[in-house]
Amino acid sequence: MTALQQTTEVVDPVPGAGAPHLPGQPELVQLLTPEGERVEHPDYALDVSDDELRGLYRDLALVRRWDVEATALQRQGELGIWASLLGQEAAQVGAGRALAPDDMAFPTYREHGVAWTRGVDPLHVISLFRGVDQGGWDPVATHFNLYTVVIGAQTLHATGYAMGLQRDGAESATLAFLGDGATSQGEVNEAMIWAATFAAPVVFFCQNNQYAISVPIERQSRVPLYQRAAGFGFPGVRVDGNDVLAVLAVTRAALAAAREGSGPTFIEAFTYRMGAHTTSDDPTRYRLASELEEWKLRDPIARLKAHLSRAGIADADFFASVDAEGDELAARIRQGTVEMPDPAGTEIFDHVYAEQTPELARQREEFVAYHASFEGEGH
Amino acid sequence: MAETLTIGKALNLGLRKAMEDDAKVVLMGEDIGKLGGVFRITDGLQKDFGEARVVDTPLAEAGILGTAVGLAMRGYRPVCEIQFDGFVFPAYNQIVTQVAKIHARSKGRLQMPIVIRIPFGGGIGAVEHHSESPEAYFAHTAGLKVVAVSTPADAYWGIQQAIAAPDPIVFLEPKRRYWEKGAVDTDTAPGPLFGSRVVRGGDDVTVLAYGPMVKTALQAAEAAAEEGRSLEVIDLRTVSPLDLDPVFDSVRRTGRCVVVHEAPVTLGLGAEIAARVTETCFHSLEAPVLRVGGYDTPYPPSKLEEEYLPDLDRVLDAVDRSLGF
Ligand SMILES: Cc1ncc(C[n+]2csc(CCOP(=O)(O)OP(=O)(O)O)c2C)c(N)n1
Ligand SMILES: [Mg+2]
Repeated sequence: MTALQQTTEVVDPVPGAGAPHLPGQPELVQLLTPEGERVEHPDYALDVSDDELRGLYRDLALVRRWDVEATALQRQGELGIWASLLGQEAAQVGAGRALAPDDMAFPTYREHGVAWTRGVDPLHVISLFRGVDQGGWDPVATHFNLYTVVIGAQTLHATGYAMGLQRDGAESATLAFLGDGATSQGEVNEAMIWAATFAAPVVFFCQNNQYAISVPIERQSRVPLYQRAAGFGFPGVRVDGNDVLAVLAVTRAALAAAREGSGPTFIEAFTYRMGAHTTSDDPTRYRLASELEEWKLRDPIARLKAHLSRAGIADADFFASVDAEGDELAARIRQGTVEMPDPAGTEIFDHVYAEQTPELARQREEFVAYHASFEGEGH
Repeated sequence: MAETLTIGKALNLGLRKAMEDDAKVVLMGEDIGKLGGVFRITDGLQKDFGEARVVDTPLAEAGILGTAVGLAMRGYRPVCEIQFDGFVFPAYNQIVTQVAKIHARSKGRLQMPIVIRIPFGGGIGAVEHHSESPEAYFAHTAGLKVVAVSTPADAYWGIQQAIAAPDPIVFLEPKRRYWEKGAVDTDTAPGPLFGSRVVRGGDDVTVLAYGPMVKTALQAAEAAAEEGRSLEVIDLRTVSPLDLDPVFDSVRRTGRCVVVHEAPVTLGLGAEIAARVTETCFHSLEAPVLRVGGYDTPYPPSKLEEEYLPDLDRVLDAVDRSLGF
């Protein structure tokens, strides 16, 4: 057998080709089956109260409501674009809720669910997609970095921040988000080398949603992504990304290990991008509807709902109250979006440098004078 | 044969023709296969030429350009698509330190007939990194050639000429004009790749532009004509090498010159052009060469891009200032 044949043998099954239980993946950490049955895992015990479980459900439902509303707002011309997280709610809420207040998260452009768990106002995320600013939240106060659009760049930032925590003797860690496609970037590989070399307290949280726009995971990796970690010298684990409890348990454990000085972990959250890449994308050009149908059976919200009802942890009143809260949230997002003021033109000059340069100050004055010259002309 | 095509479709047909003409032409890029590229410039090409010639690459721009170098050494003609201008930077190292220098390093023993296609410029309401004008970085790099097309005819022919050329070429496509239509004569090329062109004759002020700003300059000339001012508009077409002889001829007649580009003015192409026009046409100039461009700021969020980008009014404002000297 040639080396190539050997490696191709461990290629993942075609996404969604299997039954809802993701068969053939004994290594997948799962605490909640797609049917909502609570199962135990020898390495990942999870202690959660009923309150916490209801809280997780509320997070998932509200994050989805926000996402659906944002997609609708884009369709109505209120946003330039929207990157939907549909299907990835559990991966993001589970990871986000595993963070301690002083941990620092480094998102891509899709981590609205994590933003939610950090207390970021949805309108501060919306403003980016409306073209008002590059993200309206305070990354320092929220411990949630600004979105990074250049694929993979933030993984190095998370590693450097973790190195800073380490130097300061802080008992905190960083959580670096990335996609499956991002794992091909040189910078991401450099981040993992640095993290390993310096035993930096960083956890790489990769949402393998099976696609980088149109390109399936098979084009990025010949081995399951979590197995890559071994080559860098730290543990890798694959978790059912549609199981919020498993994600919470696995991420908590990895962050705890990082804080204790055991170095990085790579988490592959195995999930599926149920929507288009963004509102500009047309997935019918590159994937089959049947694949989506398959994944709908593994819906992250439905399975927690099933568990909560069946175990008597939540009743119809609870679900109705979350729905009502969702409606309120959606209304607030809608109103806040359409009423969002446009930024002042001079803002483009005001934050380029910490110390303004004379040349840019001059350009600003010119800009103001130029626009004033049109006043009264109906421009 | 004359056809009416959009710039996007003209590029698509030009790529197809280049692939038919030369089996060594290989397209590489993210999402260029099944999807046909995010702008559909490679639509249908993978279906017709196969996955080996239209390669959906891993998500790694340094990989795209670095492997293109090796393929070029084996006699292939890689045509690399960078999805958006702001994403060329992971490949910047390969482009600047390798692609650009290998011919000189090898004393001409190795050629790098690589085309780097980049949709560039703003005006499409996009998020960060999707509206950049990075041409000066490349024009500043010896060993690279840089062209910017503005019409469907130049798109159709230019991409074929670039692929056939022996040197590495950064091929800039004005993304906000992809959907603009124009006549394309598919039998006769509109001229050499590295030549500028007078696209509207005039006597009062010479206005220079390339890529997306050519249309803006022409609109300004139209508006100026209504006020009795005659602007000569030159489409530079090639940014490196510059072809300034037609510019010098024009400026010697008009005595005035305005350069327009989306990129920030400081150390942009306008600076180089102003220096050369001044050196060559000093005694003909009635006014300093003026530049209209982006401000020296990051490209702004889309709600502010109209105020950032040069438009008809800002070109006319510069024309007024030039005439007022
Ligand atoms: C350096 C760079 N190259 C290309 C792009 C364009 N782009 C945006 S998202 C994307 C796919 C990302 O896939 P993945 O990492 O799997 O994340 P996902 O979008 O699936 O969450 C690409 C190619 C980019 N943003 N940055
Ligand atoms: Mg992905």
